Amino acid sequence: MTAVDSTPFPSARSAPPTRRRPVIANWARLMRRRPEWTITPALVVLMIAAWAFVTHVFNVPEFVLPRPEAVWSALVEGLSHGPTDAGGYWYHAGITIYESLAGLVLGSVFGGLIGFGLGSSQLLERTFYPFIIAFQALPKVALAPLLVIWFGLGFDGKIYITAIITFFPVLVSAIAGSHAVDPERLDLARSCNARPSQILRKIVIPSALPFLFAGLNVASALAVLGAIVGEFVGARAGLGMLLIQYDQAMQIAPLFAILVLLGVIGFAINYAVRVAERKYCFWAQRGRHAMAASH
Amino acid sequence: MLDVEVPASSARAIDARQPIISARQVTQIYKGGSAGAVTALSNVGFDIEQGELISLVGPSGCGKSTLLRILAGLNRPTAGTVELHGRPRLEPGPETAVVFQQPILLPWRTILENVLLPIEFRELALPAYRTRAVELLASVGLDGFENRYPHELSGGMQQRAAIARALIQDPEILLMDEPFGALDAMTREQMNLDVLRIWRESRKTIIFVTHSISEAVFLSQRVFVMSPRPGRLTEILDIDLPFPRSLDVINTDAFGRYTARIRGLLQAIGDVSS
Ligand SMILES: Nc1ncnc2c1ncn2[C@@H]1O[C@H](COP(=O)(O)OP(=O)(O)OP(=O)(O)O)[C@@H](O)[C@H]1O
Ligand SMILES: [Mg+2]
Repeated sequence: MTAVDSTPFPSARSAPPTRRRPVIANWARLMRRRPEWTITPALVVLMIAAWAFVTHVFNVPEFVLPRPEAVWSALVEGLSHGPTDAGGYWYHAGITIYESLAGLVLGSVFGGLIGFGLGSSQLLERTFYPFIIAFQALPKVALAPLLVIWFGLGFDGKIYITAIITFFPVLVSAIAGSHAVDPERLDLARSCNARPSQILRKIVIPSALPFLFAGLNVASALAVLGAIVGEFVGARAGLGMLLIQYDQAMQIAPLFAILVLLGVIGFAINYAVRVAERKYCFWAQRGRHAMAASH
Repeated sequence: MLDVEVPASSARAIDARQPIISARQVTQIYKGGSAGAVTALSNVGFDIEQGELISLVGPSGCGKSTLLRILAGLNRPTAGTVELHGRPRLEPGPETAVVFQQPILLPWRTILENVLLPIEFRELALPAYRTRAVELLASVGLDGFENRYPHELSGGMQQRAAIARALIQDPEILLMDEPFGALDAMTREQMNLDVLRIWRESRKTIIFVTHSISEAVFLSQRVFVMSPRPGRLTEILDIDLPFPRSLDVINTDAFGRYTARIRGLLQAIGDVSS
């Protein structure tokens, strides 16, 4: 009995003209609901098309702006090497990612710990805040040459420069966050005889998480910057070192390929932070959406 | 609607003659505000017996919250003494639990986890109290909401959860600071009935701060009337309405006389609201 599957007489309801509309309506709805999966990729395609158009029609010289297909083939070639092959991108990308992540973790752990430490003591905070402000005003990348002198051409110097750069946004947001605790929550805890360490763990730190993640977001964007700057100054490996090499050799297509890779890496690190934020700060996000919806 | 019993506090070998709370010449001066020093309370004194249900009324800013905070041990009075069972109250302790004006539920914790927060702070055996917390939540009409998050509850439900969080500490004295101020009239009446039931079943001493004269009369055995700036205790009124009380009592003449009397007192001291 397959009569249901093959209805011999199409009813008026499923007439062709009405069939097309829902598809368009569905697309429109998808675009409104998930612009990041629809409109954003479309824009990327559009930009690449414009890029191709400009380079082909105006015959832009290769060393000014390479054609997209040249960048693409450089990328494919670079990625065709194995991860242990220093002639390919995976090897160098791995090193840069390692430096960025290790620096980010180091910088944020110290930034968070010291931030909450300073935030929970008026005395400490007021004593050390002038140092923080002074140090923050300093362009941290200026320290890169010094760190390379101290730690040499290996990873360490790059990790430290990344840690220093990512330390400050996390530090400042942890201090701000530890002051942002609703005093009523502290009253509640005190009325239950909570000890200071319990208040820190169960009230202050969770309350400060939205702030902390704002800092981590900034830090995650700076992490790749730190590693690259370190590699610019002096390194044996890494995407930053490759950039310098290609630049000096005027090989602009692979240079663009590296830029694309750096963009992807930066995006991935930032995305990981956002995923963590959604997991640990779900309550704050929900509040934000609720607020947005009510406007 | 709520009928799970709330057991009385465990083992109290206390002389019934001794007041559970006695305050003498309590004065609180807040220094260093933008308005300079503010005298929030001035020479307030009273005795409260074990198991009493007392309301505190007075105009906004007269120091009701301040007094409650002193009783809770959250504030040290500038002068005067507060004693619980004859011992000076210097800091918060397990004798009191506070229901604040706002529910103050932690948004990252489920309702059940919120109710268990005081148990975690006091480092008591969590598994034993988990059952108790579920019972308490059911008794305030929140069965089935244990694993929800605070934002998924209405204001009244959040305040019920806050009451459960106070009750799980099994305090001798329950301090409630305008807990239903943000609720609509009907929810508020229901919550008042809940307070009377909890009081009847647990025989706890309850001190209830409110703006509402009728709420104060409906709930209490005694009403403390306060005057503004500097906050003083101007009158202590016995409410001789029989317990258990139902909402019908609100329509009686006696109830009307009490509310009129308190309204008169408050007007005399310069507050014409509520
Ligand atoms: N931490 C503080 N610092 C300075 N002044 C304060 C502080 N807390 C309260 N006050 C002042 O003390 C007075 C009494 O405040 P309190 O909160 O006890 O009043 P209240 O009777 O609870 O008022 P409401 O009914 O509006 O809650 C007010 O004038 C207030 O401005
Ligand atoms: Mg108040």
